[in-house]
Amino acid sequence: MTALAGRPKTGLDANAMIVGGILLLGALWSLFAAASGADANMRIHAWVIGLGFVLGLFGMVGVYSSGGVERDPAQYNETIVKYGVVASMFWAIAGLLVGVIIACQLAWPALLSWDALPQLNFGRLRPVHTSAVIFAFGGNVLIATSFYVVQRTTRARLAGGVWPWFVFWGYQLFIVVAATGYLLGITQSKEYAEPEWYADLWLTIVWVAYLLVFLGTLAKRKEPHIYVANWFYLAFIVTIALLHVVNNLAMPVSFLGSRSYAAFSGVQDALTQWWYGHNAVGFFLTAGFLAIMYYFIPKRAERPVYSYRLSIIHFWALIFIYIWAGPHHLHYTALPEWAQTLGMTFSIMLWMPSWGGMINGLMTLSGAWDKLRTDPVIRMLVVSVAFYGMSTFEGPVMSVRAVNSLSHYTDWTIGHVHSGALGWVGFISFGAIYCLVPWLWKRKGMFSRALIEWHFWIATLGILLYITSMWVSGIMQGLMWRSYDSLGFLEYSFVQTVEAMHPSYIIRALGGLMYLVGALLMAWNVYKTIKGDVADTEDAVNPQSAAIQPAE
Amino acid sequence: MYETLSSFAQTWGLIGFVALFAGVLVYALWPKNQDKFDDAARVPLEDDARPDAASATEDKHG
Repeated sequence: MTALAGRPKTGLDANAMIVGGILLLGALWSLFAAASGADANMRIHAWVIGLGFVLGLFGMVGVYSSGGVERDPAQYNETIVKYGVVASMFWAIAGLLVGVIIACQLAWPALLSWDALPQLNFGRLRPVHTSAVIFAFGGNVLIATSFYVVQRTTRARLAGGVWPWFVFWGYQLFIVVAATGYLLGITQSKEYAEPEWYADLWLTIVWVAYLLVFLGTLAKRKEPHIYVANWFYLAFIVTIALLHVVNNLAMPVSFLGSRSYAAFSGVQDALTQWWYGHNAVGFFLTAGFLAIMYYFIPKRAERPVYSYRLSIIHFWALIFIYIWAGPHHLHYTALPEWAQTLGMTFSIMLWMPSWGGMINGLMTLSGAWDKLRTDPVIRMLVVSVAFYGMSTFEGPVMSVRAVNSLSHYTDWTIGHVHSGALGWVGFISFGAIYCLVPWLWKRKGMFSRALIEWHFWIATLGILLYITSMWVSGIMQGLMWRSYDSLGFLEYSFVQTVEAMHPSYIIRALGGLMYLVGALLMAWNVYKTIKGDVADTEDAVNPQSAAIQPAE
Repeated sequence: MYETLSSFAQTWGLIGFVALFAGVLVYALWPKNQDKFDDAARVPLEDDARPDAASATEDKHG
């Protein structure tokens, strides 16, 4: 390739000025908050946030002193996707590791709780785990793949100059701010929406920039039809913006403080929270990852999607139905019964679009089923879709009020979430990364196919241990809680149920550990591939040029 | 306010959403659109590298 200096760059343009201004304002706010924050936590946290903004400013000075960001219209922006892939791997390991730690804390509480270190107690580490795997790992996978797929399927370079970089680094800053906040004990106590108001505001800015970069790229597309994966990405980005803003409406106690009060209270707050919470599942963990399915399965199997018509119908059905399902999290609460029934009914209806997507993903392989045997990446993608089918079958069953009376507040819920998270979200992400790494770094294939095989089997066994132990534990828990003796007294005390769950907790920790080991094998494989140690690998991919191909 | 909103949602909202979804079904199932969808389904498969396309080297941002 010709000298790097020959590539066109943006120079110091208006975009750079705006981003620089945002970073400067952020740094100034952090300075004030660090110096005279309303509470001790804020004063500590502001140092972390300020460091992020200052690093961002240094980065910008470095980039713009050498001409700005690249803008070659004949090339896809693959560099940002590379960053996204590496970030995804990093957060996967971090999030899974914290998961194993908290699983061990539950299995051996006496051994693994330290009074001297409140930062590391279960209550603070649990949101670190959930946010790290969902938002840090899952979010980075979604941002990276969406930037890749939207460019490839529109035959256009990513729009916005420096803005995609703002989205990437701004999102990493949000993750670090959220996680360090949890450790300090800063939380607004909404599940999956724990970060306080200032982190929420920052994410809003980043997310709007993400939406504009995505829309800008669609607007300059050379391919007239917008491929279905982009529809799913767009639904994910737009809906998450809406959910995030509404659920986090709050009034800060001080504009230099870490506490705020939610705009809603009581049952309204609960309904808003689970409208948010369930649609985070529906639009972040489902729609976003379905977009990955719609690009990476056809691409890897080298076959077009089974039914494009089905993809349109199941997309709109999913969009229309998912948004109503949230109230099933609030059965037998102060929420009016008609609203509970509405949530339950729409959850049952979700069977149709969910299975529409599953059938479309699986049947894309029709005529190429032999690839399941020969290509572990295809197997990972297909098993992922199978887990999607299983967990979206289980979910509506659990949303039925009668079933929910047994399953709610038990480990069954945890098992259900993890069959979706480890099976569907994790495996489709790993499969996509196994495709992306050789494509992006222009390698023949992954360093070792055997390692992919090992990853697949260890992780699959890990998931099975995890979900079966949680089924056993959860159903037992539910049954023990509701059993009465002949005189009408509760048969078991709460601590007896905890004691009975102990073996399941150990098995769950083992399952999680196996899943983590699989991810570590993957990280090693990815590292070796990026480094270029791909001599004679059995994994072979079609090369993907960074040069933009003309639309048909 | 609540009465107005809920009666709107339960009548025009319902009709609007059902009509919109019916429109989606008609669009997706319209026989003439089949060719368009067949082409669209191939979009991801048709950006493979050509032999003459330059292979990108390690490009470092900035």
